Amino acid sequence: MHLVIIGNGIAGVSCAQTVRRLRPEARITLVSAESAHHFSRPALMYLYMGHLRWPDVKPFEDWYWVENRLELVHDRATRIDADAHTVHLAAGPSLAYDALLLATGATTQYYDWPGQDLRGVQGLVSKADVELMADLTRDVREAVVVGGGLIGVEMAEMLRTRGLAVTMLVRDRHYWGSVLPPEEAALVDAQLRRHGVRVQYGTELAEILGDASGRVRAVRTSGGQELPCQWLGVATGVVPNLALTAGTSIETDRGILVDEYLRTSVPGIFAAGDCAQRRTPPPGEAAIEPLWYTGRMQGETVAHTICGQPTAYQRGPWFNSAKFFDLEYQTYGQVPARPADGKASFWWQHPTAPLGLRLHYRADASRALLGVNALGLRLRHDVCDQWLRRATPVPEVLAQLGAANFDPEFFAQHEPAIVAAYNARHPDEPAVVLRRRKGLLGRLLSV
Amino acid sequence: MPSLSAYSDQPLAHPAPDTPAAERLWLALVALGLLALVVTAAAPAGLREPAFWLGVALLSAGALGWSWWKFGRGPDGVRHNYLWARASTSRGAVAWVTGVALTGFYVVLYWWPEYLENLIRPLDGLSQLLRQRQADQWFLYGTFYTLAVLLMGARALLKYRHSPYQRVRTASVMFFQLGFAWLLPGVLLALQQPEFYFTYFWPLKYDYLFPGGVQSLLQNGHLGAFMVGWGVIMSFVATPVLTYFFGKRWYCSWVCGCGGLAETAGDPYRHLSDKRREAWRYEVSIVYTVLGFIVVTTALLWLNTRLGGALLGRLSDEFSRTYGFVVGALFSGVVGVGFYPILGSRVWCRYGCPMAAYLGLLQKHFSRFRITTNGGQCISCGNCSNVCEMGIDVKQYAQRGEPIIRAACVGCGLCSTACPRGVLNLENGPREGRYQPSQLIRAESLRILD
Repeated sequence: MHLVIIGNGIAGVSCAQTVRRLRPEARITLVSAESAHHFSRPALMYLYMGHLRWPDVKPFEDWYWVENRLELVHDRATRIDADAHTVHLAAGPSLAYDALLLATGATTQYYDWPGQDLRGVQGLVSKADVELMADLTRDVREAVVVGGGLIGVEMAEMLRTRGLAVTMLVRDRHYWGSVLPPEEAALVDAQLRRHGVRVQYGTELAEILGDASGRVRAVRTSGGQELPCQWLGVATGVVPNLALTAGTSIETDRGILVDEYLRTSVPGIFAAGDCAQRRTPPPGEAAIEPLWYTGRMQGETVAHTICGQPTAYQRGPWFNSAKFFDLEYQTYGQVPARPADGKASFWWQHPTAPLGLRLHYRADASRALLGVNALGLRLRHDVCDQWLRRATPVPEVLAQLGAANFDPEFFAQHEPAIVAAYNARHPDEPAVVLRRRKGLLGRLLSV
Repeated sequence: MPSLSAYSDQPLAHPAPDTPAAERLWLALVALGLLALVVTAAAPAGLREPAFWLGVALLSAGALGWSWWKFGRGPDGVRHNYLWARASTSRGAVAWVTGVALTGFYVVLYWWPEYLENLIRPLDGLSQLLRQRQADQWFLYGTFYTLAVLLMGARALLKYRHSPYQRVRTASVMFFQLGFAWLLPGVLLALQQPEFYFTYFWPLKYDYLFPGGVQSLLQNGHLGAFMVGWGVIMSFVATPVLTYFFGKRWYCSWVCGCGGLAETAGDPYRHLSDKRREAWRYEVSIVYTVLGFIVVTTALLWLNTRLGGALLGRLSDEFSRTYGFVVGALFSGVVGVGFYPILGSRVWCRYGCPMAAYLGLLQKHFSRFRITTNGGQCISCGNCSNVCEMGIDVKQYAQRGEPIIRAACVGCGLCSTACPRGVLNLENGPREGRYQPSQLIRAESLRILD
């Protein structure tokens, strides 16, 4: 079997690794125009800030691909001939395949703003993007970032390391309003202020203004204000890369349409990762999941189907993480941004330090846990995952909170305060008693 | 537009911003302090004392002030901006100058101490006070070493002040260097007792358990006998027991003086360690050879003593001299510390230290210690591997959801501190299932397979 994978991001590479394990004899070829080797996309910001070098953001050393017989082709796939089972490349010879995986990723979403083609207007998705950003933000004093999500705050952090004055335009009333409840957003907002980022909430980008040389010089906001900037970061989401499906019968919508086995409408052709759109996602799940973790899981799943073990994509309880400047964020399960009918939410926040924990649960007698948000606190993934799978009642979750603590040794433990806050807010319920974590002596003796 | 291959190290963050004026001022104090010390080396008798103490004062004030300016103000957190773009921390010109100067100091110290006379004499007063005897080159070395651990320890305390683990650990290495590696041996000398280091054990301090070393300690009555007993118990009882419960870190990154210097003065260079698989192969083949050599030599020497010298004659002395020169002076000093700015801070610990090798074997096979990976949360960003001073490619484990159990790991905890997703945690736990990877990441364990 010859498997050709278009894209060497996390979805494509995870698929290649899994197929290699399931089918040691298979020929596997990864095609990428972006980079010769797989790299960690979430790490691009560390290149810009000088924390890491290019070799450091490659998850595997170069020998890995040779030793595992994963053939790498640094070239651009230009056309698929599905009838002939062939992929045409820009420079090299065409590749004949038995199975084809499209893991072409996504690219910056623009909203037809006037002036969006000016120099200095860009998103941050690819290696080329970060190189361009490094180049275009030299000798720049002011920057504007449009979009209040994860990439927007990353851009702000990057730009602040160069001392630029940064203004963020956020459409919602608070940061990441589609995902974070207001309390969490307030902690993120405090980080932004602390690091000298100006944020304009309830503000959208209306127009981008250029100078005579064709470079951005300012933006006009939806409020009519003109903000001077020599660089504009577009962080309003991503859109799947569909170019390669042009001229084929592969069905697309926003993304490449796939069934639950991640098969496209054309036999032998599969899609996974940021470019894939599920036709019928289960309730509560997004059709397109442009995320590192889901890319990895989709890649692993589709590998089984490709190897003749049809496997439906079931990602299990949602999880994600991020870091907003110095504030770490973890989320497990579903935590809606706004109160929902039949659901209740318990929020604890440290009186002074930037620490917060939210438990979202059913308001009925089951009190089943539905989701967790943690800010500045590290939680144990497998404990949270088990709570969610078992629909653990929130009082039980609180009693077990110590088991989920993943903070390093010597860090202050906030479980007693959290449990006390819950009990104080629910005086009519039986008081939750925190199960003690084993102390030092207990641990020493439990050989 | 520059591409990623345009510069050797970090093209995207080039050029690093100009050093602000206030920072230059603090660094100028450090430079003036060093200048005063160089002047001391050639100063006439009347000038050398004031020049020396002025140098020490300027150096200390400059180092502390710079640390506060750089890390003590503003929000706390991981600050690695321009780490790979600045000449001082990315093997640039400043790093080479620093490396050559440090190496030069070691060369003069070991082979031409007479040129340090003017630096040694001003310490006579302090030495008399502490040790009841004149200063010598080793007192000068020990004093500068301790000063470096304390000053750069203060820097580490400020830099990592957001992490209680790093604060406690840094305070620990400062305490052990000052108390057990500088004050106590001095006091012992003042009391006409052997200059014994209670925090160095065989096989690192190999001669403590060589026949010659034991015999000379035993000539000092009860205290000498206690020291021999301490050495035996620490090497063969306390080390396995403590390593079983806490891993190698109880020694390497909490107590040891070499580790203490690496964790403080060496902290700006920790990322320079070689993470490639090739380097790991060198590490394994060299460090266990050194350990094996010490073990075999110790056994032979005791056998020789039992046989009344029939086996090896006076090889013991010969060995001490040769090994002391090659390993003690060249490896741990000149290369180990002198090359900090080029090779990273743990070259000696990783490739040469027999104690680290011994602790490493215990940690790998007989310990409850591991670094846990938090489920499937790793994003393969590489920050953990970058800060690993022992050159462990930590992300190889983290991105597979596996716990990190490596003989080399000294448990400094920087991977956990630097991880932007809170994925890594140093833990002591039951040995059962210690190597068990997370159920949340590998394809083999995906629940989709039912």
